[in-house]
Amino acid sequence: MGLNIAKIRGLFPVLHQEVHGKPLVYFDNAATTQKPQAVLDALTNYYEKDNSNIHRGAHALADRATRYFEETREAIQHFINAREAAEVIFTKGTTESINLVAATFGRKFVEKGDEIIISTLEHHSNIVPWQMLCEEKGAVLKVIPINDAGEIIFEEFEKMLSAKTKLVSIVHASNALGTVNPVKKVIAAAHAVGAKVLLDGAQSSSHLQIDVQDLDCDFFAFSAHKLYGPTGLGGLYGKREVFESMPPYQGGGEMIKEVTFEKTTYNEIPFKFEAGTPNIADVISFKAAIDFINELGKDAIKAHEDELLAYANEQLMQIKGFIPVGTAQEKVSVLSFNINAMHPYDVGMMLDANGIAVRTGHHCTQPLMKRLGLEGTVRASFAVYNSKSEIDKLAEGVSRIARIKNK
Amino acid sequence: MSSIQEVQDEIVSEFEILGDDKESTIYYIMELGGSLEDFPDNERIEVNTIKGCQSKVWLIADEKDGNVHFQADSNTDITKGLISLLLRVLNYRSPEEIINAKLDFVERIGMGSIIGSQRSNGFASMIKQIKLYAMAIQTKQNA
Repeated sequence: MGLNIAKIRGLFPVLHQEVHGKPLVYFDNAATTQKPQAVLDALTNYYEKDNSNIHRGAHALADRATRYFEETREAIQHFINAREAAEVIFTKGTTESINLVAATFGRKFVEKGDEIIISTLEHHSNIVPWQMLCEEKGAVLKVIPINDAGEIIFEEFEKMLSAKTKLVSIVHASNALGTVNPVKKVIAAAHAVGAKVLLDGAQSSSHLQIDVQDLDCDFFAFSAHKLYGPTGLGGLYGKREVFESMPPYQGGGEMIKEVTFEKTTYNEIPFKFEAGTPNIADVISFKAAIDFINELGKDAIKAHEDELLAYANEQLMQIKGFIPVGTAQEKVSVLSFNINAMHPYDVGMMLDANGIAVRTGHHCTQPLMKRLGLEGTVRASFAVYNSKSEIDKLAEGVSRIARIKNK
Repeated sequence: MSSIQEVQDEIVSEFEILGDDKESTIYYIMELGGSLEDFPDNERIEVNTIKGCQSKVWLIADEKDGNVHFQADSNTDITKGLISLLLRVLNYRSPEEIINAKLDFVERIGMGSIIGSQRSNGFASMIKQIKLYAMAIQTKQNA
């Protein structure tokens, strides 16, 4: 049975407002999703009842806060099917997760002449940390090319692999085009030459079932705020043996076992990578977001979003001047497009005037835009609370805007 | 030639007719961009772009009969419209007039809420660059 979208919308207070006198249509979900009331309640509840520092307090509040904090870690463990909760560490988000791997795994294991492979589809946050590392180490960054539909060319990737490959860091689902990469194949091929694999799951985690054991990835990075959770929080999954082989990230409290001025011994994972007081309130409220997703079920969410994407394609393709960007076979609910003879900024602003929130520009994927020969795109991205009637409004708006230059 | 204040008053009354409808206001701004004089292709280069704008904006100035002559272009229609508004007020005026101009129409038409805060920053950069050109030409005239 399908989801009750009207009921789901009722759980998101922010959706019920007018923008420029029009009901808000929120289609910027690939940038950040809205938060259900349960997440907001969990946040307030924590500050009202449980606020305290975790892990070492000898009192009831600290005990409760610690328990809730660790319950979120367990919820994430099950959400991505990690073997144990210790394989999940908290970060500020996907960007920090990737930087953490570059600064620890990268610093220890990547040497001069080694190679790191990324793809043309990557977000800047999965390009720049590797460029910085390669520059520091004298390593080489290689980029998997894509076809015009926005899919990686797997045969080219296979040719790049060698004993020199230390790490493959690749996006699971593209933020700019929606392309879902064949990551299982990528991981198997990379492992065959002894390379580790990091998946950037910022976009995939809210749409696809994530099973890190089945995927066999070594790292999986994600952001809470794209999963109906709070901003400024994310996580990094790593296989225990890989995490244990890595040096700590930042030094400070929590990450130590024993400190003397002569020598410090480090804590076990996950705490080894969590120096300082963490973002306790957001971690605790994130569990409400995971519960929300679990209650609906990833499969039902995906089915609804697939339906929205197919419907949007069908509606917009009829518009004169509509140019879809990114037509991969496998996609999450991201619709990137341009209007003939119009700049994406102008289209985005006209849509905003109609109460429709989309993103315009290069989507932090400048090399991808360059490969596609574009300055940018208009991107509409759908989440579980979006409806077909909202897509009708988008189609109506785009159609009116397109007519300005496409009579 | 109308004074800077008179031109600004004209603009304000035009925007008043448009009222609160944001879509028609933006559409109007986009149409205004069409009134910009053709920008020379060979001037569409990096040194002529204005920093701080999200979209690309090229702006050049030269002296004509003691006044400052501006030419500008952008890759987006809304930005072109915004520049055309500025040039309608400030083009072909003396450096001194431009430097001392108080551009109250920006606030009076509620530009901030029409174009949003990111574009407003870009708009402020355009005004700054226009005044810098005027200062440069004034310096040259006084030399």
